[in-house]
Amino acid sequence: MNNNIGKVIRIAGPVVRAVGLENIRLYDVVRVGELGLIGEVIRLSEGLTTIQVYEDTSGIRVGEPVQSTGLPLVVRLGPGLLGQVYDGLQRPLEILAETGGEFIQRGVQASPLPEDKRWQFTSHVSVGDVVGAGDILGVVPESQTIEHRIMVPPHQRGRVVSIRSGEFTVNETVAVIRSGDEAGVNNREISLVQRWPVRQPRPCQTRLAPREPLLTGTRIIDAFFPVAKGGSAIIPGGFGTGKTVTEHSLARWADADVVVYVGCGERGNEMTEVLEEFPKLEDPRTGAPLMERTVLIANTSNMPVAAREASIYTGITIAEYYRDMGYDVLMLADSTSRWGEALREISGRLEEMPGEEGYPAYLAARLAEFYERSGRIICLGNHGASDTQGRMGSVSVVGAVSPPGGDFSEPVTQNSMRVASTFWALDYDLSRRRHFPAINWTSSYSLYDFSDWFESEVATDWDELSSEAMALLQREVELLEIVQLVGPDALAERERAVLAIARMLREDFLQQSAYRDVDRYCSIHKAYWMLKAVMDFYHRTQAALDAKISLERVTALSVVADIARMKEFQMETAEKEIKAIMDRVQFSFADLGVA
Amino acid sequence: MLKTMPLPRLLTTEYRTLSQIRGPLLFVERTADVAYNEIVEVIGPDGEVRLGQVMEVDRQRCMVRIFIGTSGLDLDTTRVRFTGDVARLGVSLSMLGRVLNGSGQPIDGGPPIIPERSLDINGLPINPSMRTHPSEFIQTGVSAIDGLNTLTRGQKLPIFSGAGLPANELAAQIASQARVVGGDNTEKAEGKGSEPFAVVFAAMGITQRETSFFMDQFRASDAMDRTVLFINRADDPSIERLLTPRAALTAAEYLAFTHHRHVLVILTDMTNYCEALREIAAASEEVPGRRGYPGYMYSDLASLYERSGRIRGNPGSVTQLVILTMPDDDITHPIPDLTGYITEGQIVLSRDLHRKGIYPPIDVLPSLSRLMNEGIGQGKTRTDHRSVADQLYALYAEGRDLRRLVAIIGEAALSAEDRRVLDFAKRFEETFVGQGMVNREIVETLDHAWELLSPMPAELLKRIPQEFIEQYHRRKV
Repeated sequence: MNNNIGKVIRIAGPVVRAVGLENIRLYDVVRVGELGLIGEVIRLSEGLTTIQVYEDTSGIRVGEPVQSTGLPLVVRLGPGLLGQVYDGLQRPLEILAETGGEFIQRGVQASPLPEDKRWQFTSHVSVGDVVGAGDILGVVPESQTIEHRIMVPPHQRGRVVSIRSGEFTVNETVAVIRSGDEAGVNNREISLVQRWPVRQPRPCQTRLAPREPLLTGTRIIDAFFPVAKGGSAIIPGGFGTGKTVTEHSLARWADADVVVYVGCGERGNEMTEVLEEFPKLEDPRTGAPLMERTVLIANTSNMPVAAREASIYTGITIAEYYRDMGYDVLMLADSTSRWGEALREISGRLEEMPGEEGYPAYLAARLAEFYERSGRIICLGNHGASDTQGRMGSVSVVGAVSPPGGDFSEPVTQNSMRVASTFWALDYDLSRRRHFPAINWTSSYSLYDFSDWFESEVATDWDELSSEAMALLQREVELLEIVQLVGPDALAERERAVLAIARMLREDFLQQSAYRDVDRYCSIHKAYWMLKAVMDFYHRTQAALDAKISLERVTALSVVADIARMKEFQMETAEKEIKAIMDRVQFSFADLGVA
Repeated sequence: MLKTMPLPRLLTTEYRTLSQIRGPLLFVERTADVAYNEIVEVIGPDGEVRLGQVMEVDRQRCMVRIFIGTSGLDLDTTRVRFTGDVARLGVSLSMLGRVLNGSGQPIDGGPPIIPERSLDINGLPINPSMRTHPSEFIQTGVSAIDGLNTLTRGQKLPIFSGAGLPANELAAQIASQARVVGGDNTEKAEGKGSEPFAVVFAAMGITQRETSFFMDQFRASDAMDRTVLFINRADDPSIERLLTPRAALTAAEYLAFTHHRHVLVILTDMTNYCEALREIAAASEEVPGRRGYPGYMYSDLASLYERSGRIRGNPGSVTQLVILTMPDDDITHPIPDLTGYITEGQIVLSRDLHRKGIYPPIDVLPSLSRLMNEGIGQGKTRTDHRSVADQLYALYAEGRDLRRLVAIIGEAALSAEDRRVLDFAKRFEETFVGQGMVNREIVETLDHAWELLSPMPAELLKRIPQEFIEQYHRRKV
């Protein structure tokens, strides 16, 4: 007889040691103490089990029981995930509030998915069909825009022996699949829900190279540092530089089907902001409330530290699940530094040998494992004769990083940079001048090249425009250094023209207010026309200088003020209005005598 | 006052098995049935009872930290009694008007406080889905805050100060002037009108001079009878500072969420709190993080700062104003750095402005209020507020750049436009920020801003939409 109840022998913060647990595996979930606090086995040695506890351990005594559940930390995946707010262990916070009040009590449990809600299930296969992992058995309309595809769970296959359409709760059986050989038959009942251990990536058929950008509605990102659908990006920045505002903007406007937002060790009020605002905001692509495509995971900074570590994995597993249905999913993690710190704290309590700045030596490996769970894939499943391409899905990961003192040389930033392909460096100096988004254009980069996509989808001169604009901004940095040393008078007129246009680019194109309704989301087409107008003005300025017309006369043109108001144009009419401005620019220069 | 609940056990065991006393830590051997974070009473040879807390338990041994000093304890006769409960504070509405020490015992010579409830001082995290987003504008009467870094109800906003800068004066000024300006512009004076208001003041390691400054301020503004003071002075035991903010926030939460008060909590000085945290971490031989502060300082500070906010359906609120001294004026030091990552913005004081005689010496460029947008605009302050603030920021930042340039190339080399910006920066510092002890209404603050912008041509005011320029901009050269 196996004994799955042990005894606490040592408590130090979130780390508890127990003896007497038999047949226990690493990463099994245990319940600690009379309160039944949730914990996870993180180390095993002869008879001694070390557990990280996901809740506050105050009041736990030596000698209290520890009970093994025999299962690793799993999430429940099924219809009803969208629109939910979970803690790091997938406990639904709204249900906890109904049962436990305004404050989070310890040792509470609640089902992550609404148990009594009935979903309309329509089957897509018939009795007798042979199905394998990832095949779609049927669909449930989960929200206005997301059709929840009920898939055969990974590692399962067989012949459908029964399937029915109709209204079901998440736990009812909708299909039975029979597999078997000479040794015997195995009937497996399939409900709308599957479970998956969070620390294990969900399998796919093939991993593909990223091919198109994930448009974000933020001009500097889309135009200069795009992230791929299925790619990864990090946003490091000191406090107040706008990490959270940028992440919120992405959650709102990014061109993804499903967004998983993990608030990992951050402010409670920020989660509330999302909760209050998202149900009211519309997805610019579909018109449905944003909340209907969003799953929130809120593990605020005052919630237990170990659950912070789990929240990232809970989030990415949910993201992978929707990816497996064939959706483009965006996972946002704010902030991965708090996750790193949770690792450091647990590691310290385990008395492990510290690596750089006290972080455990495996920090780099953990970060790499996490970012590599992003990607564009061909999903599991046989997609029928007509669909030889396969169902494709992607998970894009954007992680905020909070480097101490805003110093990017620290381990979490450095190790994340090694694995993430896009780097949006937030800058104190820009944020102090209220240049938002404060993404520094000299130190940020994107390793993706989407020039083909932009040329075919946006405009043939896109690449030319954006490269020229970026070169201008880089040139400005060099010139400003000279100005700092010798003053603006030392510059030639042509160089002063570069300064004037670069300033126009910064103020009238790069700056984007996340708080002004008309400007917070900018379609790629509006961004293109805005950029085109500025660069057109630049080219005409050069022509004017060639014609010996002074820069002062050019910058005094009244049309300069019109360019500054391009942001205020509505998305639908922007192209027309900007073209009108460009016409006025042409006339103004003609008046100066430039052809 | 910090007290312990009736003992849940039939027998309390007393131990005389001390094996080590090291700084604030005691090690007790051969213990059984001890709980993590349990409160212990330690009775020294002199018979004095000191409180401590279990920091680590093992099968045979436990580590206890003593809050009020270990001097005078010995290994042979000191007795340790385990209470079986975590640290609790007896809370009551009658705490208002009282002065308590850092662990919650009255030191004003008044009667003991009869508790209505006895609460765990560590509190519980507010369920994020039960919070409501802070959105009520608190008028502090200080232009640099109201106009540019607006405070809202339920926010936590620190003041990053330096040694010798007037952070305490500013905090006291805000405590006495703060009020909510209502949606339809009917003013509800906090404390004086219908909305019940309270101040919880927690002092950690502040000097006698600072203590009497605050007491005088509270008495002078008739605010004393709606204030609770928790005072841990510089010469009080430093480990007690770990209790002080927790006790104060427990009282604040009780007043806010049980008695529906709007509570302003002033915590000063968090730097002293963090030093105490480092002291205890060093004594227990933990792996140190940056500058010797423990790796969990972020979580520890968050467990304090996050105890502010508003709860859905509850009329009360907890707003925190946290004062900390940046060692060597260094904003990247771990204390301000970690604080800034948790709080919803920061007000930064500048030595430079202070030297110029500007009060309050708020450097608006590194200052920030993250909840500003929720608290301003139509029905709260004025529709032009956001864009005026952005414009002031942009011009002032430009003016500061120009100042650096002038130092190199001289003012003569500047264009007329640049000179206007330079002049704006000067007037902005002297009259907008440097308002002195005056209490300015928000409308006065915004009008003053337009006054400062009046010499600027409209084309330069790129941050302001056309409609507001037409409405408010009166060009004066």
